[in-house]
Order: sequence, then structure tokens, then C-alpha cells
Amino acid sequence: MHHSIEIEHLSFTYPDGHPALRDVSLSIQPGEKVALVGPNGAGKSTLILHLNGILRGQGRVRVCGLEVADGSLGRLRAMVGLVFQSPEDQLFSPTVFDDVAYGPLYQGLPFQEVQARVADALASVRMQAYAQRVSHHLSAGEKKRIAIATVLSMKPEVLVLDEPTAGLDPRARRSLIELLHDLPLTMLVSTHDMLLVHELLPRMVILDEGQVVADGLTSILMEDGQLLEAHGLEKPYTRIRTKKGLTG
Amino acid sequence: MHVHFLDPYRPRSSPVHRLDPRVKFVLALAFIFTTALTPIGAWPVYILLLSLVLALEILSGLGVGYVLRRAALAFPFVLAALPLVFTSPGSPLFSITIFGWELTATAEGLVHFVSIALKSWISVQAAILLAASTPFPDLLTAMRAVKIPRLLVAIFGLMWRYLFVLADETLRLLRARAARSGHAGLSGVKLGGSLAWRARVAGGMAGNLFTRAFERSDRIYLAMLSRGYDGEVRAAPLPALDTQDMFVLAGGLGLLAALFLLSLLVGG
Repeated sequence: MHHSIEIEHLSFTYPDGHPALRDVSLSIQPGEKVALVGPNGAGKSTLILHLNGILRGQGRVRVCGLEVADGSLGRLRAMVGLVFQSPEDQLFSPTVFDDVAYGPLYQGLPFQEVQARVADALASVRMQAYAQRVSHHLSAGEKKRIAIATVLSMKPEVLVLDEPTAGLDPRARRSLIELLHDLPLTMLVSTHDMLLVHELLPRMVILDEGQVVADGLTSILMEDGQLLEAHGLEKPYTRIRTKKGLTG
Repeated sequence: MHVHFLDPYRPRSSPVHRLDPRVKFVLALAFIFTTALTPIGAWPVYILLLSLVLALEILSGLGVGYVLRRAALAFPFVLAALPLVFTSPGSPLFSITIFGWELTATAEGLVHFVSIALKSWISVQAAILLAASTPFPDLLTAMRAVKIPRLLVAIFGLMWRYLFVLADETLRLLRARAARSGHAGLSGVKLGGSLAWRARVAGGMAGNLFTRAFERSDRIYLAMLSRGYDGEVRAAPLPALDTQDMFVLAGGLGLLAALFLLSLLVGG
């Protein structure tokens, strides 16, 4: 059985000379749900874009046993469901149906199969009634679910999410967390939402300045306040420090 | 993950970079006007203008290569002048037949075309030199100083500010599409759907981008209103030009006037 994601010694420098990833190594087993955390600018999004070859750095990246290389990009993009932070970027078609159907249609599947895939994907995110709606008019939480459906319709093996809970109200956030919990896929979630990590993702990888600085069980790393603070993170339920002591 | 290549400004520490942006702006405009007004076939003056702009490119530390590479972008537009070769009356050079039309090139037409091509090439270099040696906000200040309507300058400024936002948005949109353009490893299926379908997707993306730009402009306007915008654009007063800058300005304008007069003497 191969790993779902294997990254060996990956380095990447942006064309303007800014190094975004330095010698990153990481492997994720099938079915694992992993958090990717770290301060803004740590390289989380850059790392994610390497998983389906949108960015290509020096080093080795294998996804589901397939090497990221020129000839494999099409296969990789079908296997890695990448959900971008802003659903606005992800939903570029006129209707919800068109958007969810994009991946399968691109793959050249027969239309009946496409319809079945769209129905399944919308059912997985509990949005069956929305197929003919215009994406533009949906709420942030609804857009997020549709964005996830647009990759589920490709039947990916790995789901990669960038900041899935950003901008959601507590109810939308709660139902998204439950949804992600129920999806039986390998998951890599880049986020600042430490409560989400705590609840949903048993393993945590901390990235800072383009390097993996910690990789382990969330339950253990989350207790290391010093480590978290050193990399711009914090434990859930941290209180405001004032001169007089803790508030609340 | 930002689009950087759009900004033409290249920081260097050269006399051209240090020159007051107002002086630079006026001189660049005057240079372009002089080049445009120079009569057809005034070859010696074209050479002088070209050497002037090349000399400044070297002085600016940007290098001739950089400016010429960028100037190549202007070549497709020069093609618009190509019909002149065939439409100007004069002594015939050769004829070609396209779709039953007989087109006759004339010597005068060719001189016309080459003159216009040279003049646009020289002018574009001056514009590139200005943009590469002056940060855009300074250019806006210069536009304000030469009494370009303030509202227009404010629109340029906002356009500049949000052009990058729009370019970044486009980049993210294209990435999101690329991320879902995969194939399932089935054999015998055609990838990528039909041309009409791809065109519809691209149309949807363009529409999406337009709607977002439109909504963003609304939000920006509201943000301006909330900070007291009342339709009037105000700006800090401009500092006075120092003597050296005045000297460069007067010298440059004098030189360009002399070149223009010379071109009237030698031009056809």
C-alpha cells in the first residue's frame, strides 16, 4: 500500500527570489486527516499547490503513488481535490450544476455519469436542492459546500483544503466540520482555526518560514504552548493577557 | 502568490531615477511630441532622437537590452501603418495580388511606413524609460503638477492600485480551473470537453471576474465615503522645483526644440 502523499526534500523559490519552501519532507497515510498550520506567509498555500503540480519545486512529490511530473498532471488533478480558500475563485460557472460538473465533463465522462457524479457530490455536502441555483447568490457557507462538491464530483482520493472555515458563521462552520468529519477521504487541511484542528484533525504539521518545524499528534503538540507561540499559533481558548493578569 | 511582473518600475540609483518626476514627465511627453511632429523622412533627426534615448537608457542603468525587449511589444501596433506602403501615391516599386486585388507598393509609401515605424519605436522607448525609472505614485504626482484633471489622476491611481488585485484574482481563478482539469485514466475518452463547452467556461470566468470587480468598486466607494470622501480629490501641496531640476527642464526642452527645427530643415 502506497502513501497518499509523500514529499521528499521539497524546496521552492518564487520567481522574485523569495524562498517559500525549504527542504520539506512529509508523508501522509491513506485515510489520515492532517492539519497544516503555521503563521501567514509560512508557505502553507505554496505547499498545497505542489500537490497537484500547479507549482513545481526541486524535490520529490508523490501523490497516491504517482510522481508529480509533466505526464502525470492530468491524473493528479483528478486524484487531488483541491478546495481553494475563496469559493469565489472556485465557482466560476453560471450555475451550481455547471460548476460541480466541470471536473467530470473535462475528464470526458458520459453525460449520464456526469449527472450521477453531480448528484452524489451535492448529496455528500447536503446541497441537493441547489443544482440549478446561481452560485453568485449563495451565502458564504453554501458557497463553501458547493466548492467542496466541485472536487468531490471528481471522486478524488485526497482532499486538500485551504482555510476551509475562514469567514463562516458558527453554524456554517459547525456543519462544515461535521461534513468533513464524515467524509472518508485522506485530508490535508491548511488552517489558522486551532479549534478545528483540535476537533477534526488528529495529526498536526507546523510549517514556519518554509520549513516543517513540528509534526506529530495534535493532542500532544497542542499542549506545547511555547512551541505554538513561537510559530504564531495558540491553544484554543487562550485568554487575553493584561497587566493585571488574565481576563474573564 | 502575487503577480509582480506588471510593475514596470525598476529601482536603480541613477541620475535619471533621481531627477524630479515632474521634470521627467514633462520631458518625456515633450520628447514624444517632438518625435511625433518630426516630418516624414527626416532621417538625421531620427538618428539624433534615437541616440538621445539610447544614451539616457545607458545613463539610467536599466540597460539598452531591457528597454529594447520591452519596446518589442509595440511592434504589432506598427503593423497598423502597413497599408500606407500601398495607399500612398508615388513611383511604383512592386505589385502583389491578394484575393484578386492588385496592390502596388510605392517608394513614398515605404518611406512613410518606415518613418512611422521608427518614430513609434523611439517614442515607446521614451515611455518605457519614464515608467521604468519613476515609481507610479510619483508619476501621478507629476500628472497632477502639470494640471491633468485631478479626478482623472485619481482614477489612474485607483486603476493602478486595483490592477494587481484583479491580476491576482485572475491568477487564482485560472489555478482553480487547472486544479480541476484532470483525467480519470480512462482510455478512449476525449479530454477537455468540446470547444463550445470550454468557451462557455471561459465566458463564465470572465463574467465572474467582471461581477467581482464591479462589486469591489462598490465596496471601495463605500469605504471612501466612510472616510469622508465628498467627490473632491484633495492632495498634499507639491514642493518647489530646485534650480538644478529647472536647469535640466529648460535644457531638455531647448534641445528638443532645436531638434524639431532641424527636422523641419532636413525633412521631406
